Amino acid sequence: MKATAAAANRFNEEIGDERRLALYRSQFRLREAEQRAFDLFLQNLVKGTSHLSLGQEAIAAGCAEAMEPGDLSFCTYRGHAHTLARGVSVEKVLGELMGRDNGLMRGKGGSMHLTSVEHGVMGSYAIIGAHLPIACGAAWRAQYKGHSDISVCFFGDGTTNIGAFHEALNFAVIWKLPVVFVCENNLYMEYTPISEVTAVESPAGDRASAYGLPKIVIDGNDADIVYRTMKEAFDKARSGEGPSLIECLTYRHSGHSRADPAKYRPEGELERWKLRDPLKIYRDRLKQFGIDDARIEAIEREVRREVDEATEACKVAPTTSTDILFTDVYADGGWAWRN
Amino acid sequence: MAELTYRDAVARAIAQEMDRDEDVVFLGEDVAKAGGVFKATVGLLEKFGPLRVRDTPISEQAILGAAMGAAMTGLKPIAEIMFADFIAVCYDYIANEIPKSRYMTNGQVKCPLVIRVGNGGGARFGAQHSQSVENWCMQFPGLKVVSPSSPVDVVGLLAAAVRDPDPVIFLEHKSLYATKGEVPDGEIVDMLGTAKILRSGTDCTLIALGMMVPRALAAAEQLAAEAGISCEVVDVRSLVPLDTQTILGSVARTHRVFTIEENPRVLGWGAEIVSIIADEAFYDLDGPPVRITTPHIPLPAADILEDLAIPSVSRIVETVRHSMAN
Repeated sequence: MKATAAAANRFNEEIGDERRLALYRSQFRLREAEQRAFDLFLQNLVKGTSHLSLGQEAIAAGCAEAMEPGDLSFCTYRGHAHTLARGVSVEKVLGELMGRDNGLMRGKGGSMHLTSVEHGVMGSYAIIGAHLPIACGAAWRAQYKGHSDISVCFFGDGTTNIGAFHEALNFAVIWKLPVVFVCENNLYMEYTPISEVTAVESPAGDRASAYGLPKIVIDGNDADIVYRTMKEAFDKARSGEGPSLIECLTYRHSGHSRADPAKYRPEGELERWKLRDPLKIYRDRLKQFGIDDARIEAIEREVRREVDEATEACKVAPTTSTDILFTDVYADGGWAWRN
Repeated sequence: MAELTYRDAVARAIAQEMDRDEDVVFLGEDVAKAGGVFKATVGLLEKFGPLRVRDTPISEQAILGAAMGAAMTGLKPIAEIMFADFIAVCYDYIANEIPKSRYMTNGQVKCPLVIRVGNGGGARFGAQHSQSVENWCMQFPGLKVVSPSSPVDVVGLLAAAVRDPDPVIFLEHKSLYATKGEVPDGEIVDMLGTAKILRSGTDCTLIALGMMVPRALAAAEQLAAEAGISCEVVDVRSLVPLDTQTILGSVARTHRVFTIEENPRVLGWGAEIVSIIADEAFYDLDGPPVRITTPHIPLPAADILEDLAIPSVSRIVETVRHSMAN
């Protein structure tokens, strides 16, 4: 009992109240923003598709907290949370989803391609696996130029079965690149359980040894564990010790995309995972370390206000200008392919 | 002025640009220690060292992905895809990633890189190492596509491609690597998006690219000598951007046009050019535009078969004579 308390204290000191509140704020913000995105679908104000991170917030929050300004994020089509976690405003993200002029890319990219270079969010990629080699290239630039930033590449469990995953892992190791690969294993590649289509039990973790990397599989619903694991991997990458591959176990509370009611999930599975909801885990953690309810509630109020104000701003924002249909195909700003 | 092979011109252009800008880096399979399977990059490793000239595994997706990530964050990579046919295994980067990044991000992401590719047939390599893939490349908004036919154009256009702020696919013709030409001393930088009239003529225009350019020139010589037909020969050089004005200007003078394309028939680059001519110069024409192409078949390996498939000087001569007689 004594040993446990000591461990818990060490655990606490390492993270500290301030960081712990920041982690809670971030996770709560991702939850509220994603929930709002879903609500806006139901009102037909968000068109197209969208892939929410409801239930997976601890990974985005924990990783972003462990990153330094200037570090680069490479996300997937399930990228709202990772984009927001790097500090992009809710208004910019919702505006993009709604095709408004205040959107992050003024509606030219949409939900699956959120990008904010000024925040280090170097893109959200909608072709499975494509961004793993791209993250390697950004890391190569840092290595070649002697820059101190690292590249962090997020992807789902399904990605571990595509060729680009394996090419990138091998490439990152042989060139000893400052890149960290973060697999969010939410147990389903779209609609099919990942275990039914994968040769090994841990889709990322059990592949690591093929590239001379240690197997790292963590509880992706505990933001403290995510933060501490990432910090170690990021430090390693930054100090020239090469890449890491980290598998975070998690579960998405909604379907694969908005078109998916997720009826393929066995009865009771969602309920069991909801007991391990990252926000519930973290609220308990805050209480465990004596952070009082008033501070938690103040954070929640502030976040709700940001999301509400962002929603209202997007609703009244003009739809994006049709003038931009033909801009930025080429570097001259236009689209001319002939004279 | 020195006589240079097309393959040596490649190394010279890369060296010229790496000398000028330390952000220019070069990667590909067997490109460094071995100097490239076509020996087009010999000496670059020795001159610029292993941090700038890097051998990769056989991982075409990693090569193009890494080039893209490096370009997005400030380098100017030159990536080699050994045979043009291998573009098919890293097509995602050419179709979905590299060309669309600027547009999708509303101009936030820039992707200045060059993809060098060994393109085309004539080397008896069979159906998976001989293709002309111009139309695989030119259909994606955001990419530029260039293909030189002479050593001097290799140097000038490759330098221009490296300096260009947009991604460029640079199609080198495998069967031209051994050909020679005069190349002036000193720095050479050409312009993308410019076609060149290599021979003036009055009766018809032959529009060619890559290895079809020397064949068009030889055919023009023969047609003048044997049939009194005066051909203007246009080297397209740059498919995207396309120098439509030079092409339409020539058609306006000669009133007849032939495209000479190494690619299989369907959707070859000449189809786009003929469509532009039909739209914009229809009343300049005295007869139908004619496309001389490889038939719509995979390329065979045996020399006698491959020579029959790819447009030859004699096929060009016969087609032009026949068409001009009607």
